Amino acid sequence: MSDDDALVRVDNLVKHFPIRSGGLLGRTVGQVQAVDGVSLTIGRGQTLGLVGETGCGKSTLARCIAGLIPVTAGSVTFEGHDITNLSRRAMQPYRREIQMIFQDPYGSLNPRRRVGSIIGEPFAVHNMLSGTARKTKVQELMERVGLNPEHFNRFPAEFSGGQRQRIGVARALALQPKLIICDEPVSALDVSIQAQVLNLLADLQDDFGLSYLFIAHDLEVVRHVSHAVTVMYLGRIAESGPKDPVYDAPRHPYTNALLSAVPSADPEAAASRQRIILTGDVPSPINPPSGCRFHPRCPKAQDLCSQQEPLLEVKAGDPPGHETACHFPVAQGETFARAGRASRTGTA
Amino acid sequence: MSIVTELEVQADTGPEQSIEGRSQWQLTWRRLLHDKVAVTSMIVIVLVAVLAIIAPAFASLTGHGVAQTFPNQGETSAGLPVSPGTHGFLLGTDSVGRDLLVRILYGARISLFVGVLTTLIATVAGVAIGLIAGYFGGWVDGVLARFIDAVLAFPYVVLALALAARFGPSLTLIIIVISFFSWAAVARIVRGQTLSLKEKEYVEAARSLGASPWRIMFFDILPNLLAPVLVLGTLLVPSAIVSRPRCRSSAWASRSRPRAGATSWPRRPTSTSRPGGTSSSRPSPC
Repeated sequence: MSDDDALVRVDNLVKHFPIRSGGLLGRTVGQVQAVDGVSLTIGRGQTLGLVGETGCGKSTLARCIAGLIPVTAGSVTFEGHDITNLSRRAMQPYRREIQMIFQDPYGSLNPRRRVGSIIGEPFAVHNMLSGTARKTKVQELMERVGLNPEHFNRFPAEFSGGQRQRIGVARALALQPKLIICDEPVSALDVSIQAQVLNLLADLQDDFGLSYLFIAHDLEVVRHVSHAVTVMYLGRIAESGPKDPVYDAPRHPYTNALLSAVPSADPEAAASRQRIILTGDVPSPINPPSGCRFHPRCPKAQDLCSQQEPLLEVKAGDPPGHETACHFPVAQGETFARAGRASRTGTA
Repeated sequence: MSIVTELEVQADTGPEQSIEGRSQWQLTWRRLLHDKVAVTSMIVIVLVAVLAIIAPAFASLTGHGVAQTFPNQGETSAGLPVSPGTHGFLLGTDSVGRDLLVRILYGARISLFVGVLTTLIATVAGVAIGLIAGYFGGWVDGVLARFIDAVLAFPYVVLALALAARFGPSLTLIIIVISFFSWAAVARIVRGQTLSLKEKEYVEAARSLGASPWRIMFFDILPNLLAPVLVLGTLLVPSAIVSRPRCRSSAWASRSRPRAGATSWPRRPTSTSRPGGTSSSRPSPC
């Protein structure tokens, strides 16, 4: 991807949360290394899928890019402008370009405000449109996302989960941003509603040339919407690249494990495929493992993995852009020593 | 068949009707009207408030001024208060021959005024300080929270006494003292609620839109605070009314000594007067 195509460039982003002692002085006794040196690029009109287990730093990364929390180190560049740790006032023009859709359709809408006022809030904040013009625009937005414009006077509690998420989409769309950060936008919805919201997002991308940073833990959803995928593990990138190579020929053992856990609708494929069952839990980001952060759970781990941190680089035979951070990348058709074929009863 | 047509008619007119969302007030009002206890209480409160408001009109109706003594009709030949119903005194008179009912109504005026005004001041101040402390956190919260604790820990009667001794008792002083000691309770609750509300996703959504902290506090957090604040406010009104006489009596204790026996008081010496009884019978502004 050339520089001109990049809408957002995240360079070596680090976000550590200090853990303070409960004492009077509040000394820092440790760091939660939520995001630890992540670089990624979001292209214009593209969707970057960000996948990973709960607690791997996906949402923290999103909030850093949106400028909601200060960054510890590294930089975020939007259309060539450094927007890292800008003051609220200096950030204001970029707020119009970067919007967010949140995971919880119940928590992300103020229960005491009417839908019209929620969707009109971006205009109020940026002193745009007023009175009837604003109301007309709000009703247009409601219609665009598939809501009845007559309902602008209602409270969020009077809508279903899917409708509420549409309200959130309308709010994010109001200022015609270039980037929408979707923080697990469909995780809280029923599968049938998920498809509706995903299709809506895809339509909007076609109409407005939006870019998305699409965060999810559902790999199939990410595959459906994304152009490129980044897999995170414990604050670092494990593997990233264009969608097809990452999904069809994953090189990182972690990506392999994630993909092998995706349920398949084809019973024969499900029976024949190899399942990699990871043992143990995600280690604490306060005290992450040395070397490769995945090595305590990795079926391919060797001594080197605990000593030296693997670099994120293009491995031999991979297409450009497909980068993997692993000393011993998985070859096509390789089987794992520690992972046997899982029986159907043992798939939990 | 008729059902089908009826449904069709409904479906036809359905989308054209503008569907009016019921406001929070309408919903609350409807619920209130269904509650017998609430309606009864509301009638009593409204009655008290109306009586307090029309007190001057009532006084002119009876012809009895609030501080007016009636040596002839208001007292028996022995100088004792008359019983209720005598000579047009519906509740009788007090020891100096003044109409008790009129005085009660005037007393209610002042009590309600002090109660409502101090509650307003305390609520506004408490909400503002609690919101700022809770939302900004950090050292701002540290300073304000310690200040709230200090005010809550302070014995207010002592301060009321000291101030009354220094400046003399007055309605303004009482309002200031009661307000000053009431806001902290509101602030503490508002601060706690704000601490939890500011973590909500809709606050983050507002921040991602670029809303200023003040806008978020006012439009996103405050509306969600109203329920606990209203409850606390309703409790503050009676407590302010109850603390007023406390302030007043303590103020009086400090004041009555140098003034005891002053002849300017409208005190008609009677055979029932006791030397110490002077201070309790002066027509007071509060």
